Amino acid sequence: MAANTNDFVIVGAQNSEANEHISKPALSFWQDAWRRLKLNKLAVISLWFLVLILGFAILSTIFVPQSKANAFDSNQVGTYKNLPPKSGLPIPGWDGQIKEPGATEKTDVYTTQNVPSKDKFLLGTDTIGRSLGLRIVVGLRISLLVAVAATFIDLIIGVSYGVFSGWKGGWIDTVLQRIIEVVSSIPNLIIVTMLGLLLGNGIFSIILAIAMTGWINMARQVRNMTLSLKERDYVLAAKSLGESSTKVALKHLIPNMAGTIIVQVMMTIPTAIMFEAVLSAINLGVKPPTSSLGSLISDAQNMLQFYPYQILLPSFVLVLISLAFILLGDGLRDAFDPRASED
Amino acid sequence: MSETQARPKKLVELNDLQLSFNPGKSNEVKAIDHVSFDIYEGEVFGLVGESGSGKTTIGRTILKLYEPTGGEIKFNHEDVTNLKGKALSEFRKDAQMIFQDPQASLNGRMKVRDIIAEGLDINHLVKSKKERHDKVQELLKLVGLNEDHVTRYPHEFSGGQRQRIGIARALAVDPKFIIADEPISALDVSIQAQVVNLMKELQHRHSLTYLFIAHDLSMVKYISDRIGVMHWGKLLEIGTADAVYNHPLHPYTKSLLSAIPVPDPEVEMQRQHIEYDASIETDGQAREMIEVNPGHFVLATPQEAKQYANDQK
Ligand SMILES: Nc1ncnc2c1ncn2[C@@H]1O[C@H](COP(=O)(O)OP(=O)(O)OP(=O)(O)O)[C@@H](O)[C@H]1O
Ligand SMILES: [Mg+2]
Repeated sequence: MAANTNDFVIVGAQNSEANEHISKPALSFWQDAWRRLKLNKLAVISLWFLVLILGFAILSTIFVPQSKANAFDSNQVGTYKNLPPKSGLPIPGWDGQIKEPGATEKTDVYTTQNVPSKDKFLLGTDTIGRSLGLRIVVGLRISLLVAVAATFIDLIIGVSYGVFSGWKGGWIDTVLQRIIEVVSSIPNLIIVTMLGLLLGNGIFSIILAIAMTGWINMARQVRNMTLSLKERDYVLAAKSLGESSTKVALKHLIPNMAGTIIVQVMMTIPTAIMFEAVLSAINLGVKPPTSSLGSLISDAQNMLQFYPYQILLPSFVLVLISLAFILLGDGLRDAFDPRASED
Repeated sequence: MSETQARPKKLVELNDLQLSFNPGKSNEVKAIDHVSFDIYEGEVFGLVGESGSGKTTIGRTILKLYEPTGGEIKFNHEDVTNLKGKALSEFRKDAQMIFQDPQASLNGRMKVRDIIAEGLDINHLVKSKKERHDKVQELLKLVGLNEDHVTRYPHEFSGGQRQRIGIARALAVDPKFIIADEPISALDVSIQAQVVNLMKELQHRHSLTYLFIAHDLSMVKYISDRIGVMHWGKLLEIGTADAVYNHPLHPYTKSLLSAIPVPDPEVEMQRQHIEYDASIETDGQAREMIEVNPGHFVLATPQEAKQYANDQK
């Protein structure tokens, strides 16, 4: 069979010029980062999840005021206490039935406690008959508030302190680093206790305590990165073009440590949420009857064997949020690094 | 000076420049040790020396990226040693740098367009987006890059292309003087010539003055009008490229020259490397730059200078 060479046409690569002309659409840095983020399915799911949760938390302030979640009728505690989750559908574990402590058979607690049939609690109730669902919503709000506050503090104080210290160097750096060491040597608990004494327990003193100490790791990491990045040739090139220090920080230093910063923030957020939980657990956190995820978990601890749902549900929410932040952080870190793109 | 012909204008003058890293500490390094030389307008001044001899440090000190510990730098007859603020950024528009490592000198998070336009933005050299775009395209063409490359990131280029981007960035502010810090040492041999030729061409077109840093004397000879030889922070010899290359005075220069391989197997077989005995730098005697031949200086004591002159004959 004689192949006719004329039948063959070289596709693409006719000449090297043509190759060089294959160009990419002109996207901005942010559009580019967004495009890369979208390649990471888990990160996108986490992002949507967090957006929804955040939107839900904000909207919920209208429908679920704190007073409603805190209120209970002391005369009817016997009727409403420790009701298991009930969806109204015959789903095992979500049908209002539970094995009472010591019993061998499941019982429908709603009937034994004579709960009016119009009342059902999707996520059950706590030991004094308050809806667990409502209390988790309020707790979620507080945890997210702590998370957002911690992020801002980390980004604003931590990053600028670190960049400034590393960029200036010399004795300024030395002094600033000594200050960090002093601050970080004071245990967090002491700061919170002192603030609690001064301002009273509550969300405000928790946020203030995080503000005073939460940025330290970020500042350290950012300073170390700054020390190494400021010797890079592209920073020197920018300087020799006459770029101001602020612009160098914004255009060259921070974008090149975006990965570190994001990872640090994504570690700070769960830590801050947990910090709040721990504080609430030892009664230094939010004041009862306000609920937070931490206080819900600690309140339900003694009942773990009898009413596991009371501790599992808030823990589940806590884990889910923390996980979403971590996965999103992972995706963001890659998205900000052009070299990591797969195309 | 025994010059009949008027020399062109001095663009850069270094007078007794000194710089120590970590001064006063046990790890003090005298990276620049009483160095003086001038660079004339329109010439290429080659600076050679082994690794760690302080070439990069000199280049960066001229651009005021490092603070000298002593001495004086003049640019265009004006003292720039202590410039600050606005005056400093004016000076920096006139003097630019091309870096040793093209990979490290480009910010990987920025697109080529923004890298090249950085100097334009900083110094407000363009009024509109359109003008900025046009100027970037013009610069890309100037250094022989494709105009479609603007939306790419630096890691999507070859080493030679990256170095061209670095050159375009430096040219954006229309400088008079460019310090090229081993601009080709990180490149493949096949591209080295391309980049050097590009730099030569740009020099003619834009009447630039170069300080060309390298540790390879043969490449420096090819591009430079005059050459300075450095060792351990000191300038040992200055002269025209021809004088330094063909009639070296200082033993260190001779040693450097003897290390260059010759592309002729028979000559190469005969080539003997001359060991350099550095003790003549460390014996503590006072040495200064002595003009042995017109325009050809060597760092020596008067006796040594005579000796060097005699050796030549
Ligand atoms: N930032 C710094 N801190 C301390 N010492 C430094 C610093 N930069 C350079 N040095 C020292 O100064 C000396 C001169 O270094 P320089 O980089 O100028 O050498 P070079 O001639 O450019 O070498 P190469 O050919 O390898 O680029 C070296 O001994 C080096 O160790
Ligand atoms: Mg160097």
